[in-house]
Amino acid sequence: MSQKVLLNEKEVNIILHRLACQLIEKHNDFSNTVLIGLQPRGVFLADRLAKILSEDYQVKDIQLGQLDITFFRDDFRRGEKPLEANSTKINFLVEDKNIVFIDDVLYTGRSIRAALTAIQSFGRPNEIELLTLIDRRFSRHLPIQPDYRGRQVDVINNEKVKVNWKEHDDADADSVYLIEK
Amino acid sequence: MSELSVNHLLGIKYLNQKDIQLIFETADHFKEVINRPIKKVPSLRDITIANLFFENSTRTKLSFELAEKRLSADVINFSSGQSSVKKGETLIDTVNNILSMKVDMVVMRHPNPGAGVFLSKHVNASIVNAGDGAHEHPTQALLDSYSIREKLGEVNGKKVVIVGDILHSRVALSNIFALQLQGAEVMVCGPKTLIPKYIDKLGVKVETNLRKALNWCDVANMLRVQNERMDISYFPSTREYTQQFGVSKDLLDSLDKEITVMHPGPINRGVEITSDVADSQQSIILDQVENGVAVRMAVIYLLASKIKQ
Repeated sequence: MSQKVLLNEKEVNIILHRLACQLIEKHNDFSNTVLIGLQPRGVFLADRLAKILSEDYQVKDIQLGQLDITFFRDDFRRGEKPLEANSTKINFLVEDKNIVFIDDVLYTGRSIRAALTAIQSFGRPNEIELLTLIDRRFSRHLPIQPDYRGRQVDVINNEKVKVNWKEHDDADADSVYLIEK
Repeated sequence: MSELSVNHLLGIKYLNQKDIQLIFETADHFKEVINRPIKKVPSLRDITIANLFFENSTRTKLSFELAEKRLSADVINFSSGQSSVKKGETLIDTVNNILSMKVDMVVMRHPNPGAGVFLSKHVNASIVNAGDGAHEHPTQALLDSYSIREKLGEVNGKKVVIVGDILHSRVALSNIFALQLQGAEVMVCGPKTLIPKYIDKLGVKVETNLRKALNWCDVANMLRVQNERMDISYFPSTREYTQQFGVSKDLLDSLDKEITVMHPGPINRGVEITSDVADSQQSIILDQVENGVAVRMAVIYLLASKIKQ
């Protein structure tokens, strides 16, 4: 299994700060905005962005949640492996809020479709945006595109994009790899 | 996530510790789901479930139906009272006719022990036993253990006494299996006439003095006196039963510790437990009902994930 570095720690850091600045440009003081990390791996990116926003840019009282989409996926009973559920933590109202979905890699768009359905269980948001660190171009099954993207990459089908976070993946540094399956 | 080791839920004795762990972890997620403003998920929208109740039931039937609907399954209901069973149709014929309507899963309550096992060998659908005679009631035992785990943190190492009509109770047998599988100590307590002769072979303690049993336990699971299953008198009078095996607030207050009180319902208020116990802080009866929906959602979801497309 060969792997190639797509982004190193410095590049990830620059991109995260740029994404944070883009969020501030759009949402200003975040008084009516909530960040929602999509389980399982979007929550790490959401945590990181919330930390940058509050520590580096002094944005106060960021509302951060985690959304699991397992029970809303369209591949139940279709895959080889059973689906693994994760926890959902949304301890605030989403009614009339501006929501930013955060996921590490955007691939087919099916997870985002499931997330759009899942969030309706919590109320009717004002608007929903999508932020992804990596946008896999030309691989979408649904008409879904990110509003904020870190890096756009071309990846063929037998390759996988893996985002490693140093605090979660036992890695020396943040990095994004292209792995041949 | 691993999968269940079984394709049917026929009884707790067919499950292993990992299965129960998986059901509880999945139920945790569904408990969060059923506390959302919109309590429904679309996972089972291509699954049809038949609830076949050959014996009366209120809460189990409602709980299963709600669990199925919250998973977006299509649900059909059947009660033997208004059916061709009365005309002499066999169980297999009845079920096969229902399955011809492309039903994927059958939830069945039946007065005869082993009806679920029998059916699982003859029909091509996933079977969930919702109570078979005085044999097993696996989902009730699962939700009871789940409620103990929720209240006390874990089941392992806890002391649970099952009080009352052990002889006629499918809840008692399933609970004994489920609690022991999770490392709890189990005692049964009731009139001698309502305790099966060889119950100690299952590794449970037997006690006929309620006060001693309550002093020993962390949890008291009170069973309903099943008058409808008693063809002879097993105790002199309801009043005498209540005096010896009924739990009152005074009795609980006189213990030197606080125990948790459970009841699978329906309660005969004033017989097994008094109203002030049923409605007290120590009672988790309503939690059991809420957890019942989450646990049944978990069981149905996990079994459905094993049904081939």
